[in-house]
Amino acid sequence: MSSSMNPTFEILSADTPTGGSDWLSLGNDADPNAVDLQTLAGVTLHFPKFSDGRAFSQAVILRRRGFAGDIRALGDVLIDQLLQMQRCGFSSAVLRADQDAAHGQRLMQHYSGFYQGDIRPTAPRFAQALA
Amino acid sequence: MYQYTAFDQQFVRARAAQYRDQLERNLAGTLGDDEFRPLRLQNGWYIQRYAPMLRVAVPYGELNSAQLRVLATIARDYDKPATTLLNQAQKTQDKIDQQAGSQAAPRLTTQYGHFTTRQNVQFNWIKLEDSADVMELLASVNLHGIQTSGNCIRNITSDERAGIAVDEVVDPRPYAEVLRQWSTLHPEFAYLPRKFKIAITGSVEDRAAILWHDVGLRVLSNAQGEIGFQVFVGGGMGRTPVIGTEIRAFLPWDQIINYLEAVVRVYNAWGRRDNMYKARIKILVKAEGQRYIDEVEAEYQRILAAGAQHTIPQAELDRVRACFVSPPVDLVPEAVQRVAEQSLLAQAREDKGFARWLQQNVTSHQNPGLRVVTLSFKRLGQAPGDATADQLQTSADLAEAFSAGEVRVNHDQNLVLPWVRVDQLFALWKAASAAGLAKANIHLLSDMIACPGGDYCALANARSLPIAAAITERYQDLDELFDLGDIDLHISGCINSCGHHHSGHIGILGVDKDGQEWYQVTLGGSDGSALSGAAKPGKVVGPSFAAAEVVDVIEAVLDVYKDQRESGEHFARTLERVGMDPFKAAANAARQATARIATV
Repeated sequence: MSSSMNPTFEILSADTPTGGSDWLSLGNDADPNAVDLQTLAGVTLHFPKFSDGRAFSQAVILRRRGFAGDIRALGDVLIDQLLQMQRCGFSSAVLRADQDAAHGQRLMQHYSGFYQGDIRPTAPRFAQALA
Repeated sequence: MYQYTAFDQQFVRARAAQYRDQLERNLAGTLGDDEFRPLRLQNGWYIQRYAPMLRVAVPYGELNSAQLRVLATIARDYDKPATTLLNQAQKTQDKIDQQAGSQAAPRLTTQYGHFTTRQNVQFNWIKLEDSADVMELLASVNLHGIQTSGNCIRNITSDERAGIAVDEVVDPRPYAEVLRQWSTLHPEFAYLPRKFKIAITGSVEDRAAILWHDVGLRVLSNAQGEIGFQVFVGGGMGRTPVIGTEIRAFLPWDQIINYLEAVVRVYNAWGRRDNMYKARIKILVKAEGQRYIDEVEAEYQRILAAGAQHTIPQAELDRVRACFVSPPVDLVPEAVQRVAEQSLLAQAREDKGFARWLQQNVTSHQNPGLRVVTLSFKRLGQAPGDATADQLQTSADLAEAFSAGEVRVNHDQNLVLPWVRVDQLFALWKAASAAGLAKANIHLLSDMIACPGGDYCALANARSLPIAAAITERYQDLDELFDLGDIDLHISGCINSCGHHHSGHIGILGVDKDGQEWYQVTLGGSDGSALSGAAKPGKVVGPSFAAAEVVDVIEAVLDVYKDQRESGEHFARTLERVGMDPFKAAANAARQATARIATV
């Protein structure tokens, strides 16, 4: 199991076991506003294809609800989407087996900032500039 | 124009560097083609019929002359295929010409840019190996291809006369820019069910076809003088043309990002992903109706309850608005104006060509000393909206000499010069005429919209350009074009509707049957402008026509108009008054090759 240097986001290898009684696997069609989060250590969200972006919104909603546990990306997880996952509130991702985790780590550092606010949490650029 | 800050500039450069890494991994084989595809698309790179196509983003259509010059450089130095590829491509195209009922096509061209209906600029022959270099070159003048394709929020379009239109209520440009920044690399909305297009206007007249967009925004001022947005959702073309539904009559301006976040988030969760033809938001809005609207409202309330961090501060709007500097109202002193207007009248009396250009290509401006001028890129021998490297360069020269260094790419695939002094119109006309960009046909039949079609596009079912060329050739006479008056003729090479055939008074759609090109003709479509009436799709006149029949069909339809029109009545109005039947009958009577075929 490879682990990220980034304290807020763990890049995990494909063989990482995920789950347990205090984990919830949330389906792509499930409404994250409607689930009970109280006793959960983690929630897994799914990318049936890397181009299916429903889980991004699900992660945003879970964090907005105050969920502080692990939100983990499973499925067709590629290094080019890790930064988007992190910005949407994921805290870990299990990479597809053929992915280069070290390169993924570098890709996550590529930008020095963004326009819109996100869940990490970062305020929108216009709010930072005024602060 | 918006002035890029140090942050904006480094952001565009970082994007170019990110793309280079992706391309290098793809060429090295560590990033598969399927995985690379959405990444390159979200940078504007398609793989087309013969070569990649690059779509450069032109936020709300505004370009400065330095950017135009870089586009000219790209056309000249990069938009050229290897000779063998070009020859091979030409041979393939020639084979289509040999089919029965075909319309002879112009030869494939290289080293040019193409203005699109969404105010962007495309190139057709750049080698993929050169693509990272081209992105870097673009970044040097703050240009890029961010989100010009892919299933994300696309480049935002606006009124070609934003900030200068006499019928403007609120200048939409600062809002367009704030929304551009918000949507740029939005982490949550990069993999939507399908593409997502936003158009914004602030004028009485809709020059941005907002009701045909996934989201259409009208900035307005309410009875209390407060600024806000009328919000429409779920418009779109394609195989199911739908007009947008009003979802908010008045949303306070500072809430627009929070609200759009709700609109797009619910679409991201609920939009169909099992069938790409049913994945646009228009299908969701049609299917769910009020339930979708209620959920957007509920999500918006949750966003507000969570602190609404994207509420736009007044100071931010002010900062962005300050970038759009208008010249002083008395830039051209009143006395100079009066003299200039008188000499224009005299010059127009002497030169019919100039008079026509003034009438058709020049319009009034918020500033009484200025005029808005459209350079026509619709002329014989070149595809609609195409500009060679030289023409791009010349346009930059004209912008610098006559328009404060700014141009606008418009929805009709022409260039608008937004800041022309009234006392320089004659000199501009001379210069534009010399460059072949002063054809006085703006809004007339030959100012048609056409997509690149089957000559270049991998999606097309049929070619658009031979049809466009044949119509342009038949309708060369300006006397005749002026007599026919304002007509929207729109041509798409396939049902994706990039040529906006649905909204044309006359629409032509290329269809494929048994490997042959056929064309469906529609009448009575509207983009939502005052002349065209409420936005609506046109109606089909009958079974598809053979390529060689299309020009005759158009002529037959126009003859009915000439015959039936009342004094001063435009084509669209006559059609509405007398109805489809006589037009249909004339169109079907023009059949030759398809006369014996019951249905195609």
